[in-house]
Amino acid sequence: MGNIILVILEQREGKLKKSSFETASVAAKLAKDLNLNVQAVAIGSEISNLDEVAKYGVGNITHFKNDSLANYSSSAYAAIVTEFAKEISADYLIVANTSYGKDLAPRVSVKLNAGCLIDCVKLEVSSGEVIATRPIYAGKALMDAKLKSAVKFFTIRPNVFKPVEESVTAEITTKDVDVPDTSTKVIDFKKAEGKLDVAEADIIVSGGRGLKTPEDFKLIEDLADALGAAVGASRAVVDAGWRPHGEQVGQTGKTVSPSLYIACGISGAIQHLAGMSSAKYIVAINKDKDAPIFGIADYGIVGDVFEIIPKLTEAIKSLN
Amino acid sequence: MKIAVCISHVPDTATKINIADNGKEIDPAGVTYIINPYDEFAVEEALTTKETLGDDSEVIAISVGNDKNKETIKKALAMGVDSGVLLKIESQLDSFGIAKALAEEIKAQGCDLVFMGKQSVDFDNQIVGQMTSAILDYSCISVVVDFKLDGQDITCEREIEGGKEVVAAQLPCIITAQKGLNEPRYASLKGIMSAKKKTIEEKSAVETESNTEVIGLKKPPAKNPGRILGTDSSAVHELVRLLREEAKVI
Repeated sequence: MGNIILVILEQREGKLKKSSFETASVAAKLAKDLNLNVQAVAIGSEISNLDEVAKYGVGNITHFKNDSLANYSSSAYAAIVTEFAKEISADYLIVANTSYGKDLAPRVSVKLNAGCLIDCVKLEVSSGEVIATRPIYAGKALMDAKLKSAVKFFTIRPNVFKPVEESVTAEITTKDVDVPDTSTKVIDFKKAEGKLDVAEADIIVSGGRGLKTPEDFKLIEDLADALGAAVGASRAVVDAGWRPHGEQVGQTGKTVSPSLYIACGISGAIQHLAGMSSAKYIVAINKDKDAPIFGIADYGIVGDVFEIIPKLTEAIKSLN
Repeated sequence: MKIAVCISHVPDTATKINIADNGKEIDPAGVTYIINPYDEFAVEEALTTKETLGDDSEVIAISVGNDKNKETIKKALAMGVDSGVLLKIESQLDSFGIAKALAEEIKAQGCDLVFMGKQSVDFDNQIVGQMTSAILDYSCISVVVDFKLDGQDITCEREIEGGKEVVAAQLPCIITAQKGLNEPRYASLKGIMSAKKKTIEEKSAVETESNTEVIGLKKPPAKNPGRILGTDSSAVHELVRLLREEAKVI
């Protein structure tokens, strides 16, 4: 094959997302370990920060450009990536496990007869093969697996791999491309009110039944604002209609790995713990000292959320 | 129109997961199995679509697995699905293998509209729907929270980071359902009774060699309980100090 690892970058509104740099960095490291060359591909209209990928060890960047490709179209994007991967005989493809990556990877992997391992939290080279670790059962277990197909596709969980700076020279090739197939296309984007999504946030402040009423989530929002964090919620409050399901953390919501997870008034049902226990630091604030959440929390305060959260918000604000 | 709904049989989300002695599977002892929660949204949407069309459309539930999956198929039949197909497998398939088996059956049945959960809560792959569509050359919209069908035209809202994409596509199409798409109905007593008369066709799945080799499963590293810093707001100062100086996360 072409001895190439291909990184698929993701842009939104003309700007590469942070997870694209994480992916580039992982690919650059794999390329070194496997003795392969690394290349990146992006699709869109203008992309302002494309050259930044070179900071993380990937200099060879191909930009397929067309104004009608500014928004993601699964059919068109999949066709372009497939065609390009074939042209350069990519051995490995790698993309971030975002909504974009999750949607694109399986389509491309079928067309390339590539095996596909999703949501990897560790990729290691052992005897020339990539061993991937991925959480299953929402993190209640971890699976180590490898791919036997000639072409191999991995998606990596955002926020887990820290991008390592290793500057190389950016060589961007821009190719004007016809739009191959827009049978499926995005015609509009409805922005959510919340600023940050739990799946992408480095800090998450989550609330549960301990908050008593939907209005009391204001306390959670204020603390999240002070920390620049995303707001999360337990399944109980989502099922009760207090919060949108996009905020739900846990087995039927999102599985997250932030640096800091602050659980307020959340007892810690097994489904919830599965979705957040891989956070680097966990803080629990709950009045029940026997709540399971304290079993995995690094720091706990056994007490009233209505008393403690405003004080915590105040203390954080005074730091800034 | 024939509408397919693909369903899987998974451990209850409240179940503790233990690793089997061979280190490659989970230990099924004491595990309760249920219909995959996301597939319930898929079943509901398939049934609502059939009811809205109000014609002679039928809904077929397809499941890949073994005899135990019949429980889950029966649940779908009790909710109102017309008939079921069990595609039996000898060994565990990877996502591509499942997609291939489903694709063959969808093609054989002539289903132009397919619903399935956005992921199974066992292996959490979230890719079977898109793979099935790529095999069949159907369009596919994943992680859908709103679905509208108008003739051949489909408009969906799909949940992504920070908002919802409005996506347009045409039949034939696969929709993968996200929580929020609808409120799945409960099976009525009448539904449960009439499900007994509905057929579950059993056949061997088309099996493909797996691209994935499982090396082993393990439990995530156990997290040790940390420190309780106090029982009132006087602990806040210490918490902030630890987050800054020890954890270095703020």
